[in-house]
Amino acid sequence: MKLITVAGPPSSGKTSVIIKLIECMGLPKGSVGVVKFDCLNSFDNLRYKEADIPIQTGFSGKICPDHYFVSNIDDAVQWGMKLGFQMLITESAGLCNRCSPYINGIFSICVIDNLSGANTPRKIGPLLKLADVVAVTKGDIVSQAEREVFAFNIKQVNASAKVIFVNGITGQGSFILSKYLQQARDIQTLRDMKLRFTTPAAVCSYCTGETRIGESHQMGMMKKMEFKEL
Amino acid sequence: MIRQDFIALATDLSIEDLLLEYPIASDFLANLRLNSIPKQLSLSQALEEVDEGILQEFGLDKFGVLRSFCEFMETFTPAEVSLHALSSLTIIGGFNKSREPENISLTISCGEIISIVGPTGSGKSRLLNDIECVAQGDTPTGRRILINGAELDDLQRFEMDGKLVAQLSQNMNFVMDLTVSEFLDMHAKSRLTTSAKQVVEKCFLCANELAGEKFMPDTKITQLSGGQSRALMIADTAYMSNSPIVLIDEIENAGIDRRQAIELLSKREKIIFVSTHDPLLALSADKRMVIKNGGIIKVLDISDTEKQSLKAIEELDNTLQKLRNRLRDGAQITVDLLKS
Ligand SMILES: Nc1nc2c(ncn2[C@@H]2O[C@H](COP(=O)(O)OP(=O)(O)OP(=O)(O)O)[C@@H](O)[C@H]2O)c(=O)[nH]1
Ligand SMILES: Nc1ncnc2c1ncn2[C@@H]1O[C@H](COP(=O)(O)OP(=O)(O)OP(=O)(O)O)[C@@H](O)[C@H]1O
Ligand SMILES: [Mg+2]
Ligand SMILES: [Mg+2]
Ligand SMILES: [Zn+2]
Ligand SMILES: [Zn+2]
Repeated sequence: MKLITVAGPPSSGKTSVIIKLIECMGLPKGSVGVVKFDCLNSFDNLRYKEADIPIQTGFSGKICPDHYFVSNIDDAVQWGMKLGFQMLITESAGLCNRCSPYINGIFSICVIDNLSGANTPRKIGPLLKLADVVAVTKGDIVSQAEREVFAFNIKQVNASAKVIFVNGITGQGSFILSKYLQQARDIQTLRDMKLRFTTPAAVCSYCTGETRIGESHQMGMMKKMEFKEL
Repeated sequence: MIRQDFIALATDLSIEDLLLEYPIASDFLANLRLNSIPKQLSLSQALEEVDEGILQEFGLDKFGVLRSFCEFMETFTPAEVSLHALSSLTIIGGFNKSREPENISLTISCGEIISIVGPTGSGKSRLLNDIECVAQGDTPTGRRILINGAELDDLQRFEMDGKLVAQLSQNMNFVMDLTVSEFLDMHAKSRLTTSAKQVVEKCFLCANELAGEKFMPDTKITQLSGGQSRALMIADTAYMSNSPIVLIDEIENAGIDRRQAIELLSKREKIIFVSTHDPLLALSADKRMVIKNGGIIKVLDISDTEKQSLKAIEELDNTLQKLRNRLRDGAQITVDLLKS
């Protein structure tokens, strides 16, 4: 089974791109499954079901969705193998901009939209920086010039990535994207494979439920901001 | 340049000199929050003084920074020869929606304008998609697209990196919070053009020529009117986009001089496809492609008779434009106005 990880900021068009991608790969119905990792809630399952795509959804709740991803991804692979999928695609919403769900040797796609501001690519961390392919959506609403500037800014942080413009509504561009997926390799398990990037050390008192504000309530891994005289 | 040379930039050159010679390197530093490292040192020396913690946040160590520096400089050094030197494009027919063969082989050269007409849902956008992905019989239509007379393999298709085709359509907007001149500068920078200043200026003048109402370099792009935006997009596509093919999807009532716009693009030696229902645009092309049921059924040369009627259509169009302007100015419309 081939495994593809798709990640990107909320509402960037991940689900739209995945559905178009599956459509144009032309694999038999039901042979490509999706696992969605989200935080609190998601309505993606309805859209996948509507497109006849087998779907599982998991909610990370109070922990970082990428930590949740790592702890569950091998089980997801086992689920996909059991159902005999040819391909399993994971969708995760990148939220903290500091983690990414990419695994060494597993084909990874970052979905980001053109509307998010010229400098956004330079602010997103490993989510963008370590992806094999960056799919840029919503190019239908902005000018060609902005698309080109946006692609340039993506190359600034991920010089080796392929940047592909995909229209999540019409599917334009998803064909070339699907061609890249042929490079994805077959796997049976992820055991002992490695994440491309460490997930952040998130063990401060607030991680464990503290709500009170003030120095005396802050413990563990804290990073204090430095305020300079102006 | 080979990678060794880029390493030399990081070891032999002070950051000061590096930035003078390669201004884009300042982006590299900014991306890693390294803007304030000592500039009199070389990058590799300066990195010795940088807090490892910051680098770690970006998933890098000193060596990693140097490696990504080389990668960065390599990506943003203009290639000696353009990958996209395109002189002709050939469309070889596939099948229509009823799986009947589409008997056509059409070669289009740089500077040619092709209009595409056909009913809604007939497959105009599909054809444009085939061109964009340089279809090799592997899309639903089975069409093949040749570049300079040759088929491309997958690797070559990937190398195009989405730069083959620039698109322009009615519902495109500007969304960035920049002034016109900031925006043009930024686009020029992303093109790595050496003569950025002249290009930006030309582009600005030309956009103002196409637009009905004039705008200033310090106008915010998001505040441009529909017509002004379209004019700026067209001028920008003509002078700054390096894509050799331009797809124009319905720009009928953009409030700009449409014929002038199309001519401008074709003068820049681009291949232009215009999907349109507008007689003025359709007849301004060199050839007209008719699409029905998913297949190209005809390619017409625009005949002399048609070219003659173009004049009459232009007059009609001017009359309509006059009416629009009068409405805008709060004047009244009379029947006399129709007998221009
Ligand atoms: N105009 C335009 N809209 C798009 C495009 N791609 C996606 N959208 C729209 O953007 C919205 C969000 O798309 P989704 O695919 O749900 O985004 P997502 O990343 O899966 O969102 P979450 O899973 O909720 O984080 C939807 O309304 C889509 O129809 C595109 O290329 N152009
Ligand atoms: N030769 C073909 N074989 C199979 N399907 C096709 C073919 N040509 C077009 N189609 C399909 O027909 C549908 C309509 O085509 P398309 O969107 O290109 O129409 P259009 O002419 O652009 O319409 P509009 O004027 O509304 O924009 C699309 O789903 C497209 O993929
Ligand atoms: Mg989604
Ligand atoms: Mg269309
Ligand atoms: Zn996180
Ligand atoms: Zn915490």
